[in-house]
Amino acid sequence: MARLNMVEAINLALREEMERDKRVVVLGEDVGREGGVFRVTDGLQARFGGERVVDTPLAEAGIVGTAMGMALYGLRPIAEIQFDGFLYPCLDQITNHIGRIRNRSRGRFTCPLVIRVPYGGGIHAPEHHSESPEAILAHTPGIKVVIPSTPSEAKGLLLASIRDLDPVIFLEPKRIYRAIREEVQEGAYTIPLGKARLVQEGRDVTVIAWGAMVREVLNAAEELKGDKIDMEIIDLRTISPMDVDAIITSIRKTGRAVVVHEAPKTCGLGAEIIALINEKAFLSLQAPIERVTGFDIPMPLLKSEHYYLPNPKRVVAAVKKVMSF
Amino acid sequence: MGLFEDYHPLKGKMFQMLKPDGTLYSEMGAPLNDQETLQLYQKMVFIRLADQKALMLQRQGRMGTYAPVWGQEVCQVGSAYALQRGDWVFPAFRELAASLMMGIPLKTVYLYWMGNEEGSRAPEGINVMPVSIPVGTHPLHAVGTAWAAKIRGDKIVTIAYFGDGATSKGDFHEAMNLAGVFKTPSIFFCQNNQFAISVPRKIQTASETIAQKSVAYGVDGIQVDGNDLFAVYTATKEAVDKARSGGGSTLIEGVTYRFGPHTTADDPTKYRTDEEMEPWKPLDPLVRLRLYLKERGLWSDDVEKRLTEEAQKEIDQVVKEAEAVPVPEVEDIFKYVFAEMTPQLKEQMEYLKATL
Repeated sequence: MARLNMVEAINLALREEMERDKRVVVLGEDVGREGGVFRVTDGLQARFGGERVVDTPLAEAGIVGTAMGMALYGLRPIAEIQFDGFLYPCLDQITNHIGRIRNRSRGRFTCPLVIRVPYGGGIHAPEHHSESPEAILAHTPGIKVVIPSTPSEAKGLLLASIRDLDPVIFLEPKRIYRAIREEVQEGAYTIPLGKARLVQEGRDVTVIAWGAMVREVLNAAEELKGDKIDMEIIDLRTISPMDVDAIITSIRKTGRAVVVHEAPKTCGLGAEIIALINEKAFLSLQAPIERVTGFDIPMPLLKSEHYYLPNPKRVVAAVKKVMSF
Repeated sequence: MGLFEDYHPLKGKMFQMLKPDGTLYSEMGAPLNDQETLQLYQKMVFIRLADQKALMLQRQGRMGTYAPVWGQEVCQVGSAYALQRGDWVFPAFRELAASLMMGIPLKTVYLYWMGNEEGSRAPEGINVMPVSIPVGTHPLHAVGTAWAAKIRGDKIVTIAYFGDGATSKGDFHEAMNLAGVFKTPSIFFCQNNQFAISVPRKIQTASETIAQKSVAYGVDGIQVDGNDLFAVYTATKEAVDKARSGGGSTLIEGVTYRFGPHTTADDPTKYRTDEEMEPWKPLDPLVRLRLYLKERGLWSDDVEKRLTEEAQKEIDQVVKEAEAVPVPEVEDIFKYVFAEMTPQLKEQMEYLKATL
C-alpha cells in the first residue's frame, strides 16, 4: 500500500476505474495535457488518449450539459469544473436537467455522471476560487453531494460515485489536497454513499463536520483533551442524502452537538442538521446546539481569509459553550 | 458543389424547392415520391387537428398550458422524416409534430400537457427526450449524446429543435462551439417562427440571418424556407447523411411563422396585428402542399374530408384514453427521483400518505 495525498488518491481512482470501465470518460478545462490545474488528472490523457480524457473549450455549462448528453447515451462522464466559483453557470443544467431527468421521464432516461469540483478556501487562492456552495447543491433534488475528508476516503467515495446510478457532485476540499498523506489501498474499494464515518468515538459531545473541517475538528479535539472533554466526531462524507441515523444515534448518546462548516451560516447545512436533531432527538438534548461556520459575506481575499475560516479555536469555544450547560 | 456550399449562409440565399403556389422551383423534381408526400400531408392534417384539439382542451380546462405547433408543421415533419428510428431527438416544447413523427404516441403528448409525468416517458426504443422548457438549454445534451455515439463508434445522429429566441442564450453558443470543435453528429434545427413570446426576431439578434451564426463556429449552416416540405427535408437529409458519415454538425434555420399564441397563456393581439400576419397566411405549409398534391391529382375536397374525418376520429379516441388515465399515485412523485429512494424521501412519502 502506498502513502498518498488526496490528489494522488483521486488520480489513482480515476486511472483504475478508466482501466476497468471503458464507458468512463474525463472532460474539463486543462484536464488533458496539463493534467488539471491541481494535477488530479495527471497522466490520464497519455494513458487513455484524447478521446477519453478531453480538454474542452472554456465553457462550464457546456461541459456539464454535454456530460449529461453523454450519460444519457450510456457513457460514464466525469466532468471537472476547475474551481468552485465556476460551478455557478452549471446550476441551470444541474437543477433544471441533470437532477430531474430520471424523475421527469419516469426512469426512461437517466444520467449517471460525476462532476468533480475542487472546493473551499484556505489556499490563498484568487477571488472566486474559494467558495463553499454545498448547501445550494444539497437543496437540489435528484443529485447526490459527496465531500471526502482524507485521501483513502476520497478514493473509495469517488469510485462509489462513478458507479452510482445517479448524478453525483464530488466536492474536493482543495485545502487538504496535499496536506494529508495516508495509506491508500490499491484496487477497487468503494465507500457507500449516504453513510457517515465515525471519526472518533466519544461520550460528551458530538461534533459534525465534513471535508477540510474534519481536520480542524480533530485538532480541536487534541486541544480539548486537557479539559477532559471526550468528543465524538462524525464526518458526514455524503451531505446529500445525509446519514441522519448516524447523527441521531450519536446525539442520543452525547446529548450535545456542534456543527462545523466552512460555508456561510444562514441556511447552511448546520441549520438543516439542527432542525433534524430537533425533529428526531430533541428530548435527548442537554444543551442548545452550536454552529461554527463561515459568515454571510463574500469569501474574503487572501489577506482576510483567516478571519472567515472556522479554526480549532472557534471549535473549542463552541464545544466549551455546549459543555457549560 | 454541395447544398451547404451553394447556400452558404454568407451568400444570403434561402433554400427553397416548392413555391407557395404549389409548383416546383426547378426541373429537378421533388425529393419525395407522391406516395411519401401524400403520407406526410396526411400526418400534417392529423397533427394540425391534434394541435387544435389541445388548444380546445386547454380552453375547456381539460389540459394545462399548451404550446401549439400551428404553422410550423413542415419544419418538424420534414426534418424528422430525414431521421432514422435509432436517432435521438431533443425537443424544446413546441414539438408535437416531431414527436409524433418519431413514434411518440399522441396519448403520451397529451398526458404531458395534462400534467402527468407519464407523458415524458418515451416508449422503449424511441429516443425522444422530454420537452425542454428552459429555453436553449438542451442543444448541449444533443451535442453530448452525439459525442458519446461518436466515441462509441455508433452511427447515430442527434437533432435539437429550438426557436429563434434560444439563439440568444449562452448555452446555445456553448453547444454550437462544442459541436464545431468536436465535430459531433448533431443537428441544430432552429425554427425561426419570428417571435419569442412577444419579442420579434429582429430584437433577438442583429445577425442578418440565424443560419449565418454557424460560420463563426466552423459548422455548416443553411437557411431554408421552413414552410416548404421539400426544402426542409432535403436540407435535413443532407445534414443527417453528412453527420452519419463523420462530417460533423449543421445549423439549419427554418424560416416559418407561428400562427398561434406562444402558449395558451399568451394573448398575441398585444404584440402583433392581423395585418402583420396577412402576408404569412398564404404561406401556410399545409396550403402549399395541398396545391402541389392537387396538381398531381392526389388531393381533392373529398380526400381532405376523408383525411380530416379519420384523424378526428382517432384524436377523439386518444383524448378519451388520455382522460381515462388515473391521477398518479403518491409513490410516483417520490420513487423516480433516484434509482433507489433515499431514507429522506421514504420518510417524506410516508408523512404525506398519512396526511392525505
